[in-house]
Amino acid sequence: MTTPVAASPLPLATEGRLPRPGATPADRQSRIRGGCLTIALLVAATLSACATPEPWVKPYERERLADPIMRINRDALAAKHSEHVRDIREAARGATGVQGGGCGCK
Amino acid sequence: MAASKPIARLLAALASLLGGVFVANPTRAATLPEDRAEAMVHVYKGGGVTAAGPALLVRKSIADKVSLTGSFYVDAVSNASIDVVTTASPYKERRNEAGLALDYAVRDSLITLAVGASKEPDYETRSISLDIAQETFGGMTTVNVGFTRAADEVGKVGDPGFIDQAKHWQYRVGVTQILTPKWLASVNLEAISDSGFLGNTYRVARVFGAAVPERHPRTRSSRALKLRAVGDLGSRDAVRAEYRYFWDTWDIKAHTVEAGYGRYVGESFLGDAFIRYYTQSAALFYSDNAQSETTYVSRNRQLADFDSLVVGAKLSYDWKKQPGRYDLKAHAGIELFNVDYKNFTDIRNGNAYSLRAAVLQLYLTATY
Repeated sequence: MTTPVAASPLPLATEGRLPRPGATPADRQSRIRGGCLTIALLVAATLSACATPEPWVKPYERERLADPIMRINRDALAAKHSEHVRDIREAARGATGVQGGGCGCK
Repeated sequence: MAASKPIARLLAALASLLGGVFVANPTRAATLPEDRAEAMVHVYKGGGVTAAGPALLVRKSIADKVSLTGSFYVDAVSNASIDVVTTASPYKERRNEAGLALDYAVRDSLITLAVGASKEPDYETRSISLDIAQETFGGMTTVNVGFTRAADEVGKVGDPGFIDQAKHWQYRVGVTQILTPKWLASVNLEAISDSGFLGNTYRVARVFGAAVPERHPRTRSSRALKLRAVGDLGSRDAVRAEYRYFWDTWDIKAHTVEAGYGRYVGESFLGDAFIRYYTQSAALFYSDNAQSETTYVSRNRQLADFDSLVVGAKLSYDWKKQPGRYDLKAHAGIELFNVDYKNFTDIRNGNAYSLRAAVLQLYLTATY
């Protein structure tokens, strides 16, 4: 015995929206264009709001961040030498923020 | 035709709105790295190897738009490492490396083009790289992207008939973010691909106890991801912590953890100290003494399973200063290594091999 399923009184989502009585294809096209325009303007307005985000750390508050003590690789030659010493002993490499060059890997 | 007008208006509106997102803020501008000179003497000593030499770097800006950097680096190597003394004879050689870089500041971007060359008796490398650093979000975020292409010529001393090549491609991307007036964080990702001769012409592997030339695959691809945070502690001192995860197609996985602390002492000194722990698993084809014949085999301890601990310290001294003219500093740094290999045997005594080494850096820096 199978239970009969009653026909849905509303169109299923997969069936799409029913055409408004009396609507012509030109009206539908116009509505679609208007919808697209609205969405595009909303997206653009959102992006525009991101265009100049309010920096929560103002430039005058960055004095400490600019201090040499905050820069790990502040001396290029020393950083490069330390990097080279590690490169020739370890298999891992990369993502150090120090630009290398040459091999000397023997 | 009627539809084209709204579309044109829409495009114009989008262009004006998106312009604010993608066009650089004219009130900000990237700054060139400071004019600077560095002169260093470096020494590495450990495991029977001594590598020492001078290094020099000079950077000068031109018209506040372009900065040129020239560098020269020498490694004079005396090698009697465990690999050398157990399978060959100690040797001495010298490696010279030269580099030239051009930095160009445009709006809030800094573009760096660099070329480099390294030469030793049996190995030559040439490289070219391009890096772009872009400040965005009011200068709170810096995005870096970069690419390096390098090509090697590999030879063998005593065998003029041997010549081979290797090529390397490096792609990197990074973001540095200001979190608070005291804290910075960054994330870096780098992918490296190699093809060609990726081994060593002299090193041997062991198969059933017999020495055979090592055989490495001719391709390798790796990824590394690093996270870092740096913070000002408020008493003229700062702390940092970082972690890197590495993995590659040779089945090596590595973790690196590092923490450091820096502090001003008096008016003239800046001291730094750090500790670094590194651990990696062995490559698929690595074997201390292979018990079967395989296509690839290596006993390169760089590809072995090992742990490493490094402690280091550096002291910088404000030697001479003429405000607005120059600033001269003297620096001394030392690093001590301890490497414990888990599957690399010292065949002289049958024990697992350990390496202890020290690095010394003495250098002067001047900004002008």
